[in-house]
Amino acid sequence: MIHMTDKKANENDKPRIGVFVCSCGSNIGGFVDVPSVADYAKTLPDVVYATQNMYTCAEDGLSNIREAIRKHNLNRVIVASCTPRTHAPLFQATCEGAGLNKYLFTFVNIREHCSWVHMKEKDLASKKAKDLIRMGVARARLLIPQEEAKVEVEPVGLVIGGGVSGMSAAASMADMGFQVHLVEKDGELGGFVRLLNNLYVTEKGAAETIAPLIAKVKGHKNIVLHLNSTVKSVEGFIGNYTVGIAPKGGEEKKSKVGTIVVATGALEFVPEGLYGYNQYPNVVTLTEFEILCKRKTLPKLKSVAFVQCVGSRGQKMSYCSRICCNVAIKNAINIVDNYEGMLGVMEKEGTLIDKIPRQKKATDEILERRRRRRGRGSEGEGDAEEVKLGPSDKIEVTVFNRDVMSYGVEHELTYNKAREKRVKFVRYTVDHLPKVFMEDNQLKITYFHETLKLERTMPVDMVVLSTPLVAQPDAGDLSKMLKVPLGQEGFFLEAHVKLRPVDFATDGIYVAGTCKGPADISESVIQGSAAASRAAIPMAKGYVQAEALSSVVDETKCTGCGTCIEVCPYGALRKNEKGFAEVIIAACKGCGCCGATCPEGAISMTNYTDAQLLAEAKASLDEEV
Amino acid sequence: MADKTSGEWEPKVIGFLCNWCSYAGADLCGVSRYQYPTNIRAVRVMCSTRISPHLVLDIFKAGADGVLLGGCHIGDCHYITGNYYTEKRVRLMKRLLEESGLEADRLRLEWVSASEGEKFSKIVTEFTEHVRKLGPSKVKKDESLMARVAAADDASETFRLRALSGKEFGLVTKGNVYNNKLDPAELDKIIDSATEEEFERSLILELSRTKPRSVKELGGIMELPTDKVLRHIVVLRQKNMITMEHPEGFTPTYKTIEIGGEQ
Repeated sequence: MIHMTDKKANENDKPRIGVFVCSCGSNIGGFVDVPSVADYAKTLPDVVYATQNMYTCAEDGLSNIREAIRKHNLNRVIVASCTPRTHAPLFQATCEGAGLNKYLFTFVNIREHCSWVHMKEKDLASKKAKDLIRMGVARARLLIPQEEAKVEVEPVGLVIGGGVSGMSAAASMADMGFQVHLVEKDGELGGFVRLLNNLYVTEKGAAETIAPLIAKVKGHKNIVLHLNSTVKSVEGFIGNYTVGIAPKGGEEKKSKVGTIVVATGALEFVPEGLYGYNQYPNVVTLTEFEILCKRKTLPKLKSVAFVQCVGSRGQKMSYCSRICCNVAIKNAINIVDNYEGMLGVMEKEGTLIDKIPRQKKATDEILERRRRRRGRGSEGEGDAEEVKLGPSDKIEVTVFNRDVMSYGVEHELTYNKAREKRVKFVRYTVDHLPKVFMEDNQLKITYFHETLKLERTMPVDMVVLSTPLVAQPDAGDLSKMLKVPLGQEGFFLEAHVKLRPVDFATDGIYVAGTCKGPADISESVIQGSAAASRAAIPMAKGYVQAEALSSVVDETKCTGCGTCIEVCPYGALRKNEKGFAEVIIAACKGCGCCGATCPEGAISMTNYTDAQLLAEAKASLDEEV
Repeated sequence: MADKTSGEWEPKVIGFLCNWCSYAGADLCGVSRYQYPTNIRAVRVMCSTRISPHLVLDIFKAGADGVLLGGCHIGDCHYITGNYYTEKRVRLMKRLLEESGLEADRLRLEWVSASEGEKFSKIVTEFTEHVRKLGPSKVKKDESLMARVAAADDASETFRLRALSGKEFGLVTKGNVYNNKLDPAELDKIIDSATEEEFERSLILELSRTKPRSVKELGGIMELPTDKVLRHIVVLRQKNMITMEHPEGFTPTYKTIEIGGEQ
């Protein structure tokens, strides 16, 4: 499984160091006395060659390095120029090209850390540049050639979760020609979207919309579908995971996979104890409302109130759930536009709202208020408008919100459309939350009118609570199994919020969809496809090359206490059959936490050993190496 | 500062900067041409969590006037949790420095992100001036201070303190083997008392390395009650780290075993 590259270098060779001091035009040369620095470098121990270049990174500078390695038989190269964060790969490749192991290269930063920050003190800057090179020499003398491990990648993906994001990821990977195991804990694909009525912006039903995706996933020759199944165990590292997948009550079956996409989705927050939920019959959540609409089992309604941000934005959960404003707006439009179409057969079938109290006095009151409102506009046109508005005459929809967050182009247009259809948007503040209560067999909502500075009460037939998406309760188990982190709110945490949104910090594991935070369907599809393409990179390449930047365990010192295993954020340490700690090179990132932690001092880092770091640091204190 | 003469003392400040945030921040500082004093010499490490107390204390032993550790902001660590450990370790380093008598504020931990170039220059300027005010480290000139800093270094390498500083973060956030999360303040107290004990024991070993010493003598040098010294010596003898020399008259003396420890 693991191949070593064939570059060999003898670590017992006496160091023969070459130092290349760069002027970087005048970037360094203008503020540091480069010739004297290069001359000084020649006096340092084991330095057999030192020179200065106008631009070391230009072709003549690089060929200077290659020639010097051959001519002077250099076995260590130091470039004193800019920052290793941008230029190390170039010089390392140059060394390799001349047959020198790239880990015998040392970078000394005399530009960002010297000439550019000490522009008015040439003497002191030159002295500092000399010190930095002396430190580099001290380090270079102790460097050891390293070999990079090549790890083969099993070209099989695992996608956990058969919702929209999971299916998108699986379909993408399968289309690229990789076999994919798709694990779904329910008996059906589709996840959360399955519950929904229609999807905003489009008129199509949710089920209808995702049907082609489900059909594609089900019919794809590269997708192995595991319905009613869960992932029970995960072992291994990028390219070489062994996962145990078990159907409900069935036996666990092991499969080998190379990469894993986590797309386990989210749940709707249950607003227990808020706004009369579970207390009054006609108080439902947004998703419950969608289910009622979908089944066409809505009772006859005259007035519906939506309450936004129920349980989110500081009430129970700290975050904004991002989708509920748009979902509420969609439903408000649905109610107004398609009221007749959704009205149900409740009497026949019976639903959770068959205890709904009949509206009695409400009708007149509502009509009266509506009349008043219309009258306020332009007298006489009321009739024409009434005809145009049609449905809203039959039903009134109010959205109580803290702020309407209808971000982007489509959503804002939808919001405007809702307003045109006379959906009322009433703002409330956290100091004056609306109250839902029952009086005379009539559901009512009291709210504080911000403009009027008055408390108002209106009768409603149904209250829809927009509650946030929340993390799956068992996300923690999966997080432990995969050794990937959860954020504060229990959602999975990506490697970098801006630059690596679908990667985990652990190589080979990716994340998509609402399991990493609320997202709508198109966003979930984007993330699913993105995660698939990220996961495909190592699988398409066939191998990963582990940078030789890892922990090394000295078994003669290790006592097998396991502290390193606890502190490793990547699960890159395990106990071997002898009971000693063992580093999984492909998983280790070389942070050094285990090395600084090991109570026995048995763990060191390749080329970041205590001896190397101390030699480098201490060299700055003395005038001699 | 351009008129500095070569004979004048200049603070020697060493910076350990993590590759992903503070080293990058220092790079940006350069790109943006924010100026700072020339005293600092930076050593790049992959993560601030790499910096064990031994690295820092050994450098102080070598005569550094100041050490600056730079890491990513809490929550931003490239290695997820590395800097949480750094925070705990720095607390231990400072406790050990306090025990040793070397000013603990010669060591500073700062979070500098890759975008905080200006902040880096301010920190370095301010810290360099701070170290300048503290004056040169006396470690190299004051034998007893050297012995105490060496003892602090040795203490940082003991199994007990390394294990405690490594496990501390996990004990507070994930809990112990019984899944009980420990109270951070309570744990700090435990670590502080362990630090004090390990420092004192290391100092006894340090002082008795070249010359056998009596309890009374050790108590005098360490300014500790003799019963406390004796209790440490009992522990050290149990661990086979110190041996009793032939008593002269009634006063036994103790000498450090060069390669001792529990076998």
